[in-house]
Amino acid sequence: PSSSRVFVVRKDQDIYIQTLRKLFNESHGIFIGLQRSEEELAGKSRKAQLVQVSKNYRSVIRACMEDMHQAAISTRDPALHSQYSTQVSILSAMELIWNLCEILFVEAAAAGPLLLRLLDWVRLHVCDVDNMVREVLSSENPSKHELFWNAANRWFLQVDVFVLQGRMDEARHLLAKEASANPTSVNMYKTLDDLMKKMPVPSLGNTQTLTEMELKWQHWHEECQRYLQDGTFASNSHMESICKILLGDEDAILEKKELLTTWYQFLVTRLLYSHPTVKPMELRFYAQACMDLFLGGESSPEPLDTILMAAFEFEMHQVIKECSIALSNWWFVAHLTDLLDHCKLLQSHNLYFGSNMREFLLLEYASGLFSHHSLWQLGVDYFDHCPEYGRVYLELHIERIPLNTEQKALKVLRICEQRQMHEQVRSICKIMAMKALRNNRLGSALSWSIRAKDAAFATLISDRFLKDYCERGCFSDLDLIDNLGPSMLLSDRLTFLGKYREFHRLYGEKRFSEAAKLLLMLMTAHIAPCSFWMTLLTDALPLLEQKEVIFSAEQTYELMRCLEDLTAGKSDKQKFQDDDVETMKVEMLRLALARNLARVIVKEGTLEGS
Amino acid sequence: AMEDVCAKFVSQKISKTRWRPLPAAALQPPDLFATGSWDNEDNRISIWSVGDLGNVSLNGEYQGEPQLLCDIRHNGDVMDMQFLDQERIVVASSTGTVTVFRHHQNNQTLSANQRWEKAHYHVDQDTSCGGAACTGVICNNPEIVTVGEDGRINLFRADQKDAVRTIDNADSSTLHAVTFLRTTEILTVNSIGQLKIWDLRQQRNEPSQIFSLTGDRVPLHCVDRHPNQQHVVATGGQDGMLSVWDIRQGTMPVSLLNAHEAEMWEVHFHPSNPDHLFTCSEDGSLWHWDTSTDVAEKPSFLHQGGRSTTYFSHNTINQSVVSAWLSNDPTKDRMEITNLIPNQTLSVNSLDILGPCLVYGTDAEAIYVNRQLFA
Repeated sequence: PSSSRVFVVRKDQDIYIQTLRKLFNESHGIFIGLQRSEEELAGKSRKAQLVQVSKNYRSVIRACMEDMHQAAISTRDPALHSQYSTQVSILSAMELIWNLCEILFVEAAAAGPLLLRLLDWVRLHVCDVDNMVREVLSSENPSKHELFWNAANRWFLQVDVFVLQGRMDEARHLLAKEASANPTSVNMYKTLDDLMKKMPVPSLGNTQTLTEMELKWQHWHEECQRYLQDGTFASNSHMESICKILLGDEDAILEKKELLTTWYQFLVTRLLYSHPTVKPMELRFYAQACMDLFLGGESSPEPLDTILMAAFEFEMHQVIKECSIALSNWWFVAHLTDLLDHCKLLQSHNLYFGSNMREFLLLEYASGLFSHHSLWQLGVDYFDHCPEYGRVYLELHIERIPLNTEQKALKVLRICEQRQMHEQVRSICKIMAMKALRNNRLGSALSWSIRAKDAAFATLISDRFLKDYCERGCFSDLDLIDNLGPSMLLSDRLTFLGKYREFHRLYGEKRFSEAAKLLLMLMTAHIAPCSFWMTLLTDALPLLEQKEVIFSAEQTYELMRCLEDLTAGKSDKQKFQDDDVETMKVEMLRLALARNLARVIVKEGTLEGS
Repeated sequence: AMEDVCAKFVSQKISKTRWRPLPAAALQPPDLFATGSWDNEDNRISIWSVGDLGNVSLNGEYQGEPQLLCDIRHNGDVMDMQFLDQERIVVASSTGTVTVFRHHQNNQTLSANQRWEKAHYHVDQDTSCGGAACTGVICNNPEIVTVGEDGRINLFRADQKDAVRTIDNADSSTLHAVTFLRTTEILTVNSIGQLKIWDLRQQRNEPSQIFSLTGDRVPLHCVDRHPNQQHVVATGGQDGMLSVWDIRQGTMPVSLLNAHEAEMWEVHFHPSNPDHLFTCSEDGSLWHWDTSTDVAEKPSFLHQGGRSTTYFSHNTINQSVVSAWLSNDPTKDRMEITNLIPNQTLSVNSLDILGPCLVYGTDAEAIYVNRQLFA
């Protein structure tokens, strides 16, 4: 595929594509795992751990690519097909860049293994011959292409492809077929096969030092040179060109430009056959040269090329910057930068508003998640790991989440509580409590007030209950009031409500003296609001009128005092406005109290049993 | 064993997972489950199948991912879900609607079979524009009982258009869950920490019994009854506490077990092995509670992963006589508690257990299946 095209896609579409959600969720798990991972591990084991994290990210990208590809081929809608195919190329480019960064930065492969890694890298991103040919044939001017003339000899091309990718065994296997077709060139074939078999490659283990390898390689290179100059392959142009490639002949390699498809494949091939022990710091020179040669002034570098070049030059910040520009979604740069930061590779690069690059990118990414109706939950964890501004961002974003159901509100609340975001807890509980109150769900409203420890709201709810009682003469929602438990203490009004209900219960159970004591206590301990005193005193009436004397003298005096406090408190104007019922009530109370006092004095004055 | 967990990312936050029930005398494990999503503009009910166990080799090789068979759009969050029978699923919605879906096995499709719109609503059915969320549903074919944020209890009958019975304002707070105690009695839990028993034969709209948590009235979110011992009930609270109640005696829980660090969303006794209990929570963990005392039977997965708390053994208590769940001192009788999730992140919203198979769903948009839990 034309891998050097990176498309810029609109941000909204990114978020809403189903398949990308898997990417976001899976990578979230990897991100959290990385933040929690052992920092104490040092040296090799830490590096191995980080490389594994990088591989995990890449496998998630590839899985996503696979899904997207499936979606592309199974859809009948051409617009969707185009959209999905575009996403596949973008994901492929992301994986390409990430993979290179893993090799150069995370693993920091040294000379020797570096080449092997680069070989693996290009092999993951190549096209097979059939696709190449298909593309050529379907292009505007097929005959312009070399491939067109060789299309008939597929395996010709395939051998070349294998050689260019350094896949010697596979190349040799195919060459054997070519040899059997031309019996006259058996000897030639044997020589070439031998050369290919003997080619020294860097080893991954410690079996040989670089110097040893270089010596061997030099020796082998000279041998190839001899055979070429002797004219061993003169009669077979194909084998001759292979030998030239083995010798790292730039022109010979460039001739196969269409099989190389990209300049970085060209770079790796060149390095393989001219400088296999290349050091990381030398890459930049080769890379620049190869890109110039390959593009040759016909085309200018695309964004992907610039990014890869920056990587070869070990300009990490440049890579991140270019990726941010080229890709529409912050996912890639946020996670990659975070990983590089964990590798301790990024100096704290202070941007003008003070936070560092890693944090900036994570904040941007997480903010994007919060704009999604469902992915906001992932965003929370990302904000958690932004030490400077994460909390403030979270506070602002979390308030804007719509709370359609109680369950969602509970989840948001839990997030706030776990982070001691008290303001937000209070605010959410108040919103939910108000909603419940409007829907006449007094129990739910109380439940929310208890969660927020919101005394003021609990008072509000209690007033509602009391108002209902005054209007209807009985309590609603007894199941709630009778079972307040310790939450009764949340607000004085709530305590009063509970106790008042208890008074009614005691009265109903004919436990009059206990009821009387409670009633009095409600007033004297100022648990009852002043507005309710009249009601309470009126409730005392039946107790005063009982055959048996219930209130003691002391208690009666207290009651009288309460009544006087209540009436004295009223201004003259109020007294004038009081209707007859009010005045009559007061009169009745005064009378009842006086009568009770009379009876109780007599009772208390009388000696028992005499 | 725990390595047999199969994860699948499904691009939707899963609120409910339920195994399709097995026919009475079935020997094979369940192979089909349903999921419901939430918090999406386009929520779905999905049916998944898991591969048959016939292909598993001796060392329990890779089972294969759950495969999506069919799905259907659902209006509102899926708040609760239960299989009515082999083909029908009842779903409770955040819009207050209760829907019965039918799964057509021949062509693998789902269709809405019956719907009770505005089964739950605030104030006035005709004037209120939105409904109130229906938070819980329980079935005993053909009866369906639902509860909601409106404090209402509905009794429906499949294929009957109108509700058989409705108890308005059954509760002044939100009813979070409902389950059957007996065929004519139900249990509800609410957001002020109360467990109520309702006798559906009686016409009065009052609970026949009310139980409360001691101390703070922490909201209760889930309830389940012991499959064999009908007086043993377990509930899960907003503070992650597991409470076990003996409803024959007292009005308070028998034991309180501290487990999760956040809301416990679901509690399930294992239907055929009730010495095992499973709970899942907002804190991202899924706990397996094991009171079985036979050492030889101890499942091997208990040695791996997560936190594992072992209490000292004090056996010789005859399990058939006294339920281990009701013993007052969990440290006296051995109870093993294991977290089945090694790397917890987001909330586990739902779980279901049937035979050796466990399925659970998370807010990280993933479904997990383990078909060899006791291997």
